[in-house]
Amino acid sequence: MKPSTRGEIVPTEGPPKGKCAIAIVGGGVMGLGIAYQLAKRGITDVVVLERGYLAQGASGRNGGGVRMQWATEQNVRLMQQSIALCASFAQEIGVNVWFRQGGYLFLAKHERERVTMERNVELQNRCGVPTRMMTPEEAGSLVPELDVSKIVCACYNPKDGVLFPWPFLWGYAHQALKRGVEVHLFTEVKAIARTGAGFTLTTSKGDVHAERVINAAGAWSPEIARMLGVTLPNKPHRHEILSTEPLKPFLTPMVSVLSSGLYFSQSMRGEIVTGITVEDHAEGIQLGSRLKFLQTLAREMVSLVPRFADLKILRQWAGPYDVSPDGHPILGEPPGVPGFYLACGFVGHGFMMAPIIAQVYAEWLAGGAKHEIFDRCRLARFAEGKLEKESMILG
Amino acid sequence: MSTKAMICRCEDVTLADVQHTISLGYKSIEEVKRYTGLGTGPCEGKECMVHAGRLCALAHGGDESVVQPFTSRPPVQPAPLAIFARPDDGADE
Repeated sequence: MKPSTRGEIVPTEGPPKGKCAIAIVGGGVMGLGIAYQLAKRGITDVVVLERGYLAQGASGRNGGGVRMQWATEQNVRLMQQSIALCASFAQEIGVNVWFRQGGYLFLAKHERERVTMERNVELQNRCGVPTRMMTPEEAGSLVPELDVSKIVCACYNPKDGVLFPWPFLWGYAHQALKRGVEVHLFTEVKAIARTGAGFTLTTSKGDVHAERVINAAGAWSPEIARMLGVTLPNKPHRHEILSTEPLKPFLTPMVSVLSSGLYFSQSMRGEIVTGITVEDHAEGIQLGSRLKFLQTLAREMVSLVPRFADLKILRQWAGPYDVSPDGHPILGEPPGVPGFYLACGFVGHGFMMAPIIAQVYAEWLAGGAKHEIFDRCRLARFAEGKLEKESMILG
Repeated sequence: MSTKAMICRCEDVTLADVQHTISLGYKSIEEVKRYTGLGTGPCEGKECMVHAGRLCALAHGGDESVVQPFTSRPPVQPAPLAIFARPDDGADE
């Protein structure tokens, strides 16, 4: 291991070691989080294989929102735990992640959305989340810049928040490396074969034999699963986002419009970070920027927050959501391929769920308790038709 | 040159910041951009990218052919939301 000029451990150089207990495909927040949690439990014979640089995939392209406001109990409960982990992340990992709990303010523009909103608030309250319904006037007192004539009601949970995604990756990688895990950047997995009781991964920097393999490749995970003959139902969807010039801090919550998927928050640097749902029928992973996104977003934003008309856009980019058919992740071993573990299909909320998913995954792989999510989120559920759809998906 | 020399004036990134990033093994411009925030201010890298590229090339033994500029992001220069909020004039994609 080689230290940097300030003593940090740098990513592994040269080819990966020939044999390891666990190979993790994908060096995003999910793969690195699992690597760190395994290492913390003494499982350090782990190799992480990332095809690009840290933060190249969706982990480096998302808006950094973390919320407990969901429409299914599973997601509400997981996110309560994940946000608790985000709050202690900086101390545990030793990196500033700019975590700020300003809450999430959801806005409904149509009367028909009220019943669903009230039902979700009730569910969240039952789980112990302090979400409350708000009148348009109350929402306006929280965010005075809103044109509240455009909304019929709102809900607000002060415990939701925003963070800066990139330091999570450097922090997890550094802590995993420090404990002896190999983290290989610019190392592409080209083929995986079952050999004996394990797997041989052919990479662009040499072969690795692993007893177990974790597929944490996000939007690229169907390609990885296909190498072992496993067909996954998740598909990549392009979602765009933009960042504006920095403003003096004024905006407390992340604000989101349920009907359009518009969301905006102010980062600790002062920029407004914002996205909106724009349909995309392109196949495969698309990361190009579209004028249609800017137009869709600008119209919705300026109508809701007229003062933003003069706000300047600095840059626009895209990232791939890894979309599963029911909005829930795909976890555990697929039928017929023991030792191959899925950690994919997170539909744009993989980043916020990674802290808790990484923890329960490592716990299970280390021989500890198996969290019920691994049974609920089996790949086989799609064939069995037992689906509970998550509807609160934004951006 | 002083290690406090400014590489990116928008985001206050110094020569020492870039050298530290490279010593971490993050030797491509995309990695330097992410680790330091260089190129994410109002000029979007128009001032700093050449200097960052030069430092990355030095980290690769002076080989400039391995250094790619970072992906340029629209709009070309900062533009107000109002421009894009106008009714559609038929232009798309």
